[in-house]
Amino acid sequence: MSTETAVMPEADVPPAPEQGRLSAGRSRGRRARRDRAGYLFLLPWFIGMLFTVVPFFASLYLAFTDYNLLNPPKWIGFENFTAMFRDSVLLKSLQVTFVYTFVSVPLSLAAALGVAMILNKGIRALPVYRAVFYLPSLLGASVAVVLLWRYVFGLDGIVNAFLGWFGVPAIAWTSDPDYALTTLIILHVWTFGSPMVIFLAGLRQIPVMYYEAAAVDGASRWRRFRSITLPLLSPIIFFNLIQSLIASFQTFTQGFVMNDGGGGPANSTLFYNLYLYQQGFNQFNMGYASAMAWTLLVIIAAFTALTFFSAKYWVNYDN
Amino acid sequence: MSTTLQSTKARRTDDDALIERFGSSRKSRFARHLVLCVIGLFLMYPLLWLVSSSLKPNGLIFSDLALWPAEWSPQNYSGGWTALEYDFGIYFSNSIVIVVLSIVGNLFSCSLAAYGFARLNFTGRKLFFALMLGTMMLPGHVLLIPQYILFAKLGWLNTYYPLLVPNFLATNAFYIFLMVQFMRQLPQELDDAARIDGCGPFRTFWSIILPLCRPAFATTAIFTFISVWNEFFGPLLYLTDPELYTVPLALRQFVDSEGQSQWGQMFAMSVLSLAPIIGFFIAGQKYLVKGIATTGLK
Repeated sequence: MSTETAVMPEADVPPAPEQGRLSAGRSRGRRARRDRAGYLFLLPWFIGMLFTVVPFFASLYLAFTDYNLLNPPKWIGFENFTAMFRDSVLLKSLQVTFVYTFVSVPLSLAAALGVAMILNKGIRALPVYRAVFYLPSLLGASVAVVLLWRYVFGLDGIVNAFLGWFGVPAIAWTSDPDYALTTLIILHVWTFGSPMVIFLAGLRQIPVMYYEAAAVDGASRWRRFRSITLPLLSPIIFFNLIQSLIASFQTFTQGFVMNDGGGGPANSTLFYNLYLYQQGFNQFNMGYASAMAWTLLVIIAAFTALTFFSAKYWVNYDN
Repeated sequence: MSTTLQSTKARRTDDDALIERFGSSRKSRFARHLVLCVIGLFLMYPLLWLVSSSLKPNGLIFSDLALWPAEWSPQNYSGGWTALEYDFGIYFSNSIVIVVLSIVGNLFSCSLAAYGFARLNFTGRKLFFALMLGTMMLPGHVLLIPQYILFAKLGWLNTYYPLLVPNFLATNAFYIFLMVQFMRQLPQELDDAARIDGCGPFRTFWSIILPLCRPAFATTAIFTFISVWNEFFGPLLYLTDPELYTVPLALRQFVDSEGQSQWGQMFAMSVLSLAPIIGFFIAGQKYLVKGIATTGLK
């Protein structure tokens, strides 16, 4: 507690909205008392931040070391990072994660937007539909559902049975390297319900009269979508996109459970974080795993920044 | 995003008006329902198949594709319950202990922090708030290894502390953010009136703000329940003794140990593991939908 109060007075903070009223006729003692109350409420959070800030910098340090938990970390400079470029398994895991992200994120967002638009047309039993579409997104990361997926896509599972009706020969979904990742992409799309609920809330904000005016002017359905829905929804599309990208880059459970902790056939479902786990906790290359974690952080930050940068070309904030 | 809160209420009342929107004909309404039902069926089918398979004898699961079992095998449930090293009662009570304590921890620590950020003014508030938002974006794996080492040094491996203690320290910024958003909507006059009546910040927090925040707490509790109940990575990392296993860890043992033949039992336990989530979802749907609409939480 004392350290925070000692540090704080230097920080010059712009007045908060309620400051005028709260501290009319403020004195130094009053301000100190006010600060103390604030810091007391944040005390658990401050301690919690130690569990975040210290590991954050510790892992940056470990990224430049050779460390196996038993011997003290040995500084090796950029060696972990240069080793990553030569590690073909790592490059494979990066490829798996990228393919997964850049296929499943657009697909699930498109499905979410499409279904949200149908629901927004005004429909009876909306809460029932919304519940049915949303439920899978609560279950998609659970072990039970990933296990279920193994059997749904098994050689004699229901997907092959269904495709069989259309004369499609049985596919070895889970053991063929060409298809293994597809099953997990389908699992991701299956959970489109949570962005859908956000889209639906956003669509509700668009005034009906815009559409009516456009319809009077003879705008086609596509034109109304292009010129009213998309621009007005763009901040929410942007938000969903960022959220989904960040989450998708960090996929772990699906890959782990699908193939018993391995990378699947020909490492075709070896997600980046799964490989990180193997390096860190199966082989105890803690330094290398830390370097991997920081590389992923940089990749995620780069894509987030890119999305933010692109926002000014397609996200409409002035209603 | 916070504006969506009000609209949720308003829209219920004019559903019928909405149905008339753009003079949608009976035919197009029917088409919409048809499309939605087909999508819903595709989404639900795997789950229905899971329930149905959990009640079929092993031999029929992959040969008889009808959802209605031709032959019932409820003993999958009793057999599955005791199929692993410990019976599922142990795993369920482990999961329940972790979930309940996590909910208590999140409600306690996040509401304190949220009140500080939303209703109090102190030096460094903006800086700390920005820091808090920053941690929301931070991928957990960056912290993973040092945290693991720290917990190992503290002697916390193979205990529930690594899974529980962070929740009592407000490390889940999403819930703080959700509560801050909620508390900001409460009128400032409440605090002023309480102060004039002689309440200090703690009394105001406890007697005025907390009771008004029940909906935000309900949302936090439900989200915590679902995410902790599903959580796989943390328990996988920190729990090695099967006696401490949570339900997801235990479920995975079915494929490890049984040579993949006891499908019926595995599916039966899968159904039981999903049932609490579905139950909470049905009970708390209102809060979930609101929570997602306000913060974009998943």
